[in-house]
Amino acid sequence: MHSPTPIDADRRTAWPDAIHAQFRRVGIRQVGYVPDAGHSRLIALCQNDPNIIDVVLTTEEEGVGLVAGAALGGQRAALLMQSSGVGNCVNMFSLLRNCGFGCVVLVTMRGEFGEFNQWQVPMGAITEDLLRLCGFLTYRVERAEEVGEIVGAGCDMAFDGDLQIAVLLSQRLIGRKQWTR
Amino acid sequence: MSSKRPLTKTMSRTALTRTLVQKLKRDEAVIGGIGNTNFDLFAAGHRPQNFYMLGSMGLACPIALGVALAQPDRGVIALEGDGSILMGLGCLATIANLKPRNLTIIIWDNALYQITGKQPTATSAATDIVAVARGVGIATSEWVRDEAHFEKLIDRRFDEGGPALLAVKIDDAPGQGQTPRDPALIRNRFMKGLGAARAGALDA
Repeated sequence: MHSPTPIDADRRTAWPDAIHAQFRRVGIRQVGYVPDAGHSRLIALCQNDPNIIDVVLTTEEEGVGLVAGAALGGQRAALLMQSSGVGNCVNMFSLLRNCGFGCVVLVTMRGEFGEFNQWQVPMGAITEDLLRLCGFLTYRVERAEEVGEIVGAGCDMAFDGDLQIAVLLSQRLIGRKQWTR
Repeated sequence: MSSKRPLTKTMSRTALTRTLVQKLKRDEAVIGGIGNTNFDLFAAGHRPQNFYMLGSMGLACPIALGVALAQPDRGVIALEGDGSILMGLGCLATIANLKPRNLTIIIWDNALYQITGKQPTATSAATDIVAVARGVGIATSEWVRDEAHFEKLIDRRFDEGGPALLAVKIDDAPGQGQTPRDPALIRNRFMKGLGAARAGALDA
């Protein structure tokens, strides 16, 4: 294992802004999410964006239906979830693949680099493989400066090509999870 | 024992679906849930604004929510069975909190997993879908008493007054139609029906 890339404070807070900028560029109008600490800044940016309807979901499975419905109604949508949420969606992902709904799923990873909680590891270890088995093209992001480019490319592939794209935001990027009070 | 549920007549999903479809005059979108719900929706006469969800239980309402948010001026109706809605009750809470005024949910409740051999669902005993819907915050949720009551409740514009949920006790008669299964075809025809399809040279 290699040593972590040093990430200065500015860059750490800038990468969710880079994702939000791509959402705006490609005209994403609905963002469904199950909250995750790694997504908290992006969620806040979406909540404050008058062009985006943010939908807090009770489970990630609902989000698959939401993005399908958005596409059917002529809007672009994205899903935000933690890696554990990918496991919840497996059967529902059939809908995206069958109907060819363009979709971007941004996955904050747990159960990998520096994970302190072994309960997170089994799901985190299979998240990317699982997404691929479900028909997604997957891209991992390890460095803050790559976020905008990779998410932007993923959005273009999803919405120009009716593809299912998952961008995995690695635990190295997000920062090791700490116990919070 | 679910003694609080009001006395409701056991009705025909096939007949009520026809009644509903005949009432739709404003190109309302209808999202049909998997199984007999879809078969009767198709049997009532295909419309370009019908989407037949044939894959996963529990997704009719989330799909309908996405459509309703994308097209806020269009009435959107989700049709779902009791077994399917039980698989994703959380979506009712999501809908209650977003309050899409153009979304109506109709639950066909025969208290059975009808298509798999009529095994009883939770609604056969303790669980009351209208109580669930009200509890999560969909205030306009009602048990339909009989056919006349159903007609009265659907005699309105579907682009306002929501979110609303109607639950209907139905019998165990099988659905009457055989829905086409081609996902790409269903998707494309529906999007065309909603004016959301890409226009192109192939449309000439």
